[in-house]
Amino acid sequence: MNVAVVTFPGSNCDQDCHRSVELAGGSPQYVWHRETTLGGAEAVIVPGGFAHGDYLRPGAIARFSPIMDAIIDFAREGGLVVGICNGFQVLCEAGLLPGALLRNRSLRFQSHDCWLRVERAGTPYTREYREGQVIRMPLSHADGNYYADAGTLAELEAEGRVVFRYCDARGDVTPEANPNGSLNHVAGIMNRRGNVLGMMPHPDRAIEEVLGSVDGLPLFESLVGTEVTAAARSEVA
Amino acid sequence: MSSDRRRPGNGAAPPVTSPNGDTPLPRPGDPPITPDLVDDHGISPDEYDQILRIMGREPTFTELGVFSAMWSEHCGYKNSKRLLRLLPTEAPWVIQGPGENAGVIDVGGGWALAFKIESHNHPSAVEPYQGAATGIGGILRDVFTMGARPVATLNSLHFGDLDSPRVRYLFSGVVKGIGDYGNCVGIPSTGGEVYFDRGYEDNPIVNAMCLGLMRREDLIRGTAEGVGNTLMAVGARTGRDGIHGATFASEELSEGDDEASRPQVQVGDPFTEKLLLEASLELIASGHIVGIQDMGAAGLTSSGAEMAGRSGTGVVMDTARVPVREQGMTPYEILLSESQERMLVVAEAGREDGVREILEKWELEAETIGHVTETGTFRVLEDGVAVADIPALPLTEGCPTYERPGEESPEIGNLRKTDVLHYMLPPNGLESAFLAVVGSPNTSSKQWVYEQYDTSVRANSIERPGGDAGVIRVPGTNRGVAATTDCNGRHTYLNPRTGAMGAVAEAARNVACTGAVPMAITNCLNFGSPLKPHIRHQFREAVMGMRDACAYLETPVTGGNVSFYNETDGQAVYPTPVIGMVGVIDDVGNVVRHAFRDPGDAILLLGTNRGELGGSEYLYAVHDVVAGEPPAVDLHAERSLQRCLLAMAGRRMLKSAHDVASGGLAATLVESCLGRPRTGRAVGASIRLEDELPDTALLFGEDHGRVIVSCGPDEEENVRRMTSDHGVPCTRIGTVTGEESPLEINTRSAALRLALGALRDRYFGTIPGIMSEAG
Repeated sequence: MNVAVVTFPGSNCDQDCHRSVELAGGSPQYVWHRETTLGGAEAVIVPGGFAHGDYLRPGAIARFSPIMDAIIDFAREGGLVVGICNGFQVLCEAGLLPGALLRNRSLRFQSHDCWLRVERAGTPYTREYREGQVIRMPLSHADGNYYADAGTLAELEAEGRVVFRYCDARGDVTPEANPNGSLNHVAGIMNRRGNVLGMMPHPDRAIEEVLGSVDGLPLFESLVGTEVTAAARSEVA
Repeated sequence: MSSDRRRPGNGAAPPVTSPNGDTPLPRPGDPPITPDLVDDHGISPDEYDQILRIMGREPTFTELGVFSAMWSEHCGYKNSKRLLRLLPTEAPWVIQGPGENAGVIDVGGGWALAFKIESHNHPSAVEPYQGAATGIGGILRDVFTMGARPVATLNSLHFGDLDSPRVRYLFSGVVKGIGDYGNCVGIPSTGGEVYFDRGYEDNPIVNAMCLGLMRREDLIRGTAEGVGNTLMAVGARTGRDGIHGATFASEELSEGDDEASRPQVQVGDPFTEKLLLEASLELIASGHIVGIQDMGAAGLTSSGAEMAGRSGTGVVMDTARVPVREQGMTPYEILLSESQERMLVVAEAGREDGVREILEKWELEAETIGHVTETGTFRVLEDGVAVADIPALPLTEGCPTYERPGEESPEIGNLRKTDVLHYMLPPNGLESAFLAVVGSPNTSSKQWVYEQYDTSVRANSIERPGGDAGVIRVPGTNRGVAATTDCNGRHTYLNPRTGAMGAVAEAARNVACTGAVPMAITNCLNFGSPLKPHIRHQFREAVMGMRDACAYLETPVTGGNVSFYNETDGQAVYPTPVIGMVGVIDDVGNVVRHAFRDPGDAILLLGTNRGELGGSEYLYAVHDVVAGEPPAVDLHAERSLQRCLLAMAGRRMLKSAHDVASGGLAATLVESCLGRPRTGRAVGASIRLEDELPDTALLFGEDHGRVIVSCGPDEEENVRRMTSDHGVPCTRIGTVTGEESPLEINTRSAALRLALGALRDRYFGTIPGIMSEAG
């Protein structure tokens, strides 16, 4: 599968995502933010970093990069789009995902491993996980505190669109296991159609045993293994 | 914006020439050169006489400013150069020694490692957030101007005691400044050190180190080769910030300096740095350029003069062509500005448009400001009118150097003679002392600090902060580079020679603990005023200690930085020669971690317990005393120990290895039991120490040359054989017990049983507790 990895000025996880797709057996290609097409890609990753310096607020300027129109059109057609960390923030700013990422409860940048519970298996991003599986990967952000109004949050929960939730090593969703103050411990969500995923933790940094965890790799394997055809897209639609 | 000054858009810049003849004349508005003005520029009467000899005439105001910056302590190393020549700098694997933007070593497989450490103490004392942030920015640029992609940063930080609100302000500001800058550029932080001691009350030590990797053939140097080649200013625009920062860094601070000095502190923009990084690496790969240098301390002046000086060429530049962000800047200001995120590039004549194209892709500017000449002079014009013309080599290399005799302060001699036997008895018992030592801000976990730094970006962090040394994988290979910074300022205060030797030995030991071969060092020498005999004594002794250790351990010095005048109102910091050590490991799968792993594993002590308490954390944390003779260094024993560790790591015999240092065996055992935070796993240990030493000396002594290792029960014999082959003393001291079992330590006269929960609270909780309660 051809996967576009978008590079904004200030992206710094584009290479990590590129490598993750490669390790999962896919064919990654970089797409510069000034491009206006995705070059035939079958999925898009918006990587982490500080697109446009995160000036104003994370993702706020990136949303206006020329490539974003192509990404929004692609997502509206049912194309697979995943935003990781800063990429999640960009997708929220672009209106592809509901809610917003606020400053961490600690008011500090936080970089450490966290545990996640896979709340929803069987999506294009989680087919290689078990439901309820507890996985571990790094997080690294200053603005990862997920917020949405009560109605949106209830909808997310009711429709099973919370894909990953912060938990402890045993999988329990305890207050101490919430690293940044996210509502309902939300670590990753999908859009209603199920083709756009945003998550704050970094599966792209948990792809090899020698890095301390391989729990991120199944996400890329799920993505790469998902059959995407124009027909499939319209089916999703 | 100064669009009126920019060339027409056809790409061909008119040549930089001066129609008015050769000799610079004073500009209208320049102050007359008086003895007071010379003195204000930090230039002594003798030095001024030398300037007159070099110039053959009175310098202009602009030229005086240029000399002031280049002959400052910061750029000219005038009080350190002669001693620094004594340091070993060569080895077959050293590609680039001192004198360039960064040192470079061969790490095998066609890869080279560029690395350097630098201080940002003075700016951080005045404005901790920007001071520390721009320190990171500067050290990154030093590395990527060599053609290397930065892959890791480390920080050596020394602050006063955390009970002072001002120290907490400095501490939190510095950590946030480092984090915000490095995180945005996307370079993982892999380690370093943080110390707290009243010796740093008013003057924090903020040293930043960077490692970068490149293919050997991509190495590029900061030279201005090729007469007729084009000088281009690249990156951010020049403003009025940081003017005379280099001179500022070469003075003592005094009460009330905070506000007045602010304009000398630069402001950083990590986003521009990230763009500049990518653009610079693309430029270097393009072949459009022959040389590149950061406009760091003393900005355009030092980059221009040094590039010319290194190549034996000259340069001419016109300040009217330098992109500026403020109107009405004088040549003096433009030459001495330390605005951040700027580079001086020497482009092949005719390839300027190629340079501009790459910079434009990254939304940055590149402007032709001059060219390389054969005159051997550093020549500056303002809109075609000569304002400075100085022989380049005397400017960069001719700075007068001094080596005045030093003398130890009798006070230090007395402290060293203090008999630490007076302090053998902890006032509240051994267990309370144990918890005080492992929970002191110095010994306890620096998780609060390093969790504010991105430690995993770029997915090559094999060993993150919290262990003995950070390890980063060389992308696309199994090879790794390890790095650590070390300096126990208390030890160097009490005995600079032993302390500096110990810093090198400990740094090498830390690297060897991970399984990496110690290869070379960069150093950052932080001292008080060299105008004082006792400071000169400290400096000389520290250099001697470093020389001996680096020579014996075969870890040459490839560069670094000297920071003098770390004083406030006459009170100097502890002499702090920070060692940044790098090492290489062929297979990152062999990396040894510091935490105990499996119940039943044997715990062994390599090295000998001598119970040396001088300058220890125990004396400071429990008795509030800094005294005694710091631990001795046996370089031969160190080398054997390190070779033995490497041999065992290569055969994957060890489950863990952890250096014994600050806080002694007590701290090392606790750290090995608790491991890393947030892993949800810690193991206990049952320890028996048979040495005939007082309990406090045995548990808290900071004797060098010791490492605690663990191995599977069936490997113990092999470990014993290997240590015996290397002549390393090896003692079985205990066994790893179950998850959440206590740490039990029995000596000849004491029995301690410490629950992991209590240890965890102390070890991980101290600094977060202080910082959240005090705010």
